[in-house]
Amino acid sequence: MKNVLDIFLWVIFPYLALGSFIFGTIGRFAIFHAGVTAESSELLEKKQLMIGSILFHIGIIFVFAGHVVGILIPKSFTDWLGIPNEMYHIGALVMGGIAGFMALAGMMILSYRRFTNKRVFKTSSFSDLMVNVSFLIIIVLGLSASFIDGAILHPEFNYRLNLSIWARQIFVFHPDYHLMLQVPIIFKIHVICGFLIFAFFPYTRLVHALTLPWQYIFRRPIVYRKRPRV
Amino acid sequence: MKVKAQISMVLNLDKCIGCHTCSVTCKQTWTNRPGAEYMWFNNVETRPGVGYPKKWEDESHYKGGWKLNRKGKLELRAGNKLNKVALAKIFYNPDMPNLDDYYEPWTYDYQTLFGKERKHQPVARAKSQITGEYMKLNNGPNWDDDLAGSDRSFGEDPNMQSIESDIKGNFEKTFMMYLPRLCEHCLNAACVASCPSGAMYKRDEDGIVLVDQERCRGWRFCMTGCPYKKVYFNWKTNKAEKCTFCYPRIEEGLPTVCSETCVGRIRYIGVILYDADRVAEACEEPDDTKLYERQLDLFLDPNDPEVIAQAQADGVDMETIRCAQKSPIYKMAVEQKIAFPLHPEYRTMPMVWYVPPLSPIMNYFEGKKSIKYPEMIFPAINEMRIPVEYLANLLTGGNTEVIKNALYKLAMMRLYMRARTSGKDFDSEKLDRVGLTEKSATSLYRLLAIAKYDDRFVIPKAKKEKVEHVEDEQGGLGYEACNGCSLAPVHGSVLRKAKAGESGKDAYAESFYGGIWRD
Repeated sequence: MKNVLDIFLWVIFPYLALGSFIFGTIGRFAIFHAGVTAESSELLEKKQLMIGSILFHIGIIFVFAGHVVGILIPKSFTDWLGIPNEMYHIGALVMGGIAGFMALAGMMILSYRRFTNKRVFKTSSFSDLMVNVSFLIIIVLGLSASFIDGAILHPEFNYRLNLSIWARQIFVFHPDYHLMLQVPIIFKIHVICGFLIFAFFPYTRLVHALTLPWQYIFRRPIVYRKRPRV
Repeated sequence: MKVKAQISMVLNLDKCIGCHTCSVTCKQTWTNRPGAEYMWFNNVETRPGVGYPKKWEDESHYKGGWKLNRKGKLELRAGNKLNKVALAKIFYNPDMPNLDDYYEPWTYDYQTLFGKERKHQPVARAKSQITGEYMKLNNGPNWDDDLAGSDRSFGEDPNMQSIESDIKGNFEKTFMMYLPRLCEHCLNAACVASCPSGAMYKRDEDGIVLVDQERCRGWRFCMTGCPYKKVYFNWKTNKAEKCTFCYPRIEEGLPTVCSETCVGRIRYIGVILYDADRVAEACEEPDDTKLYERQLDLFLDPNDPEVIAQAQADGVDMETIRCAQKSPIYKMAVEQKIAFPLHPEYRTMPMVWYVPPLSPIMNYFEGKKSIKYPEMIFPAINEMRIPVEYLANLLTGGNTEVIKNALYKLAMMRLYMRARTSGKDFDSEKLDRVGLTEKSATSLYRLLAIAKYDDRFVIPKAKKEKVEHVEDEQGGLGYEACNGCSLAPVHGSVLRKAKAGESGKDAYAESFYGGIWRD
């Protein structure tokens, strides 16, 4: 019975979540693209937003980049470069820690603002509140996984020998769930929460992260539009 | 030379009585819905005053419009593209106005006015339309209407900063005027240049600036970019909205709602042909006081055969050219030079222009104690109650000379018409001195004082037949996916069949059976 749960969590669930992410995103941009905005509430409140938003966004961008590096770059590559394992982990903890705590501080300010500022709270949808809460949870989980579960309780644990390999296997459609069985519990919950966020990502305001306006860089300043002739 | 047509407006401030009819009818038409309560596509400000939003003209605070960089090139005051990314402005826009710079929209708790008789007179208290809670009102639309803000609004008016302080404090000699404001539909629109999504655009046919609601991603840089603060953010849809110049009416050759309903007949709408190739160069004029004249230079003479030929080559249709020839805007702005752009120093090349007000002084010439000699207007206008410097700060970037010339002209025209209607002699040499003739003074009088509907509004219809199947649109409501009239496309297809050579009888039998039209 335990096997069934493990197979579901580490083989089926990730694909359900990623499927929701991919098809949701396609649907959002192909059909419901008019609703894609960051849902800014800056008009309603500015001061708390300034600190919260800048801290969170910069923090989360570095956190995301750190996850990409940690998962995609295999241990053999850093070994080949001659970077010792301890140095890699200390570096990851310091840089990831700074970015993680920035994102946490930012999200705490943003969540406090969203729940206590009357104008912002009254104009928030359920999904706006859910996004804030789920980010708070996942950042706290991520930080405690690295600093408590990983660094203190299980110092011998190296996620690059199992978790990262499993994550890479997802992309080649061949995840081995046995790899996840040795992973400490907080890491596991963090991973599940992460996939959950990917699952609801396209249906919430988070989708704004996918709308970077690249064309603005090359565009002429004044845009003229003409209706096409029939 | 690249000729483009631009729909533009002139407002004769001399006749504005500040009744707010334009604002109210505009609001009823466009912004009477949740999320848009605080939006006034058109508003009327009392000047001197702080305006709406508060102190919008203080660009050192709001960072709207353009400036010249060290190389003398045009740059958005709020920062160029690189600066927006490097300083994390995409996560937080430091220069965007806050709702409190406008006001929190409210309604009243009307229910308390009904019910059982009570000891005390019931009072309807203000309730926020955003939070639904009782609120204390400390700002609202036209909070300082008719100088209600007194010395506060005097001192906080950015246009007063450069005027001697004795005028500010001298309350017995106070002055005021009304300034109706709407989107300027600029030739070099800073909001369009600020929009990262490319959702804001100028219409090629008539230059109207619009926000594509489907492409707006709510970055809010347009709000900062617009120095006139005429782009608003809908807190419900999280998208930007702005004055549309009532384009559905303009396309039909009708004036905007604000112009149509203006009781003072102060608004004029017409077409101007301009040279799009020289706009950037004109915007880079280093001297603020010369920007007005540089903009004037862009406007092309619609009667010049060379301009007409080039306009046609550039796709301007003949009806637009004919309307440009009769344009009241061209008459006032270019021929008579009595209309001026609002704050040309923002370098956006605004296209809603203003005739400066003269009223407070004319009592001096036309009232009971009127003076006899028309020459007196020249010294008198310098002593006018509304300081010429104030008007120049508002309308010409500080160039007082051109404002004075316009006021001389307007005053002389009135003296001439007064002499004529009262059967007195008038030396036409005096008209000559301000650049008028008897004929042009009479025609100017007709345009400004009589202001017939057909003289005020000379608007070409949109050539819709060139951009859509008009048969298909017939009976439709104009929205792409609208099922308002399910028959419209059927009618269209029948007409197309007829055109393709099918007989009427066949088309009828094919499409109309079982009592209903079928495609």
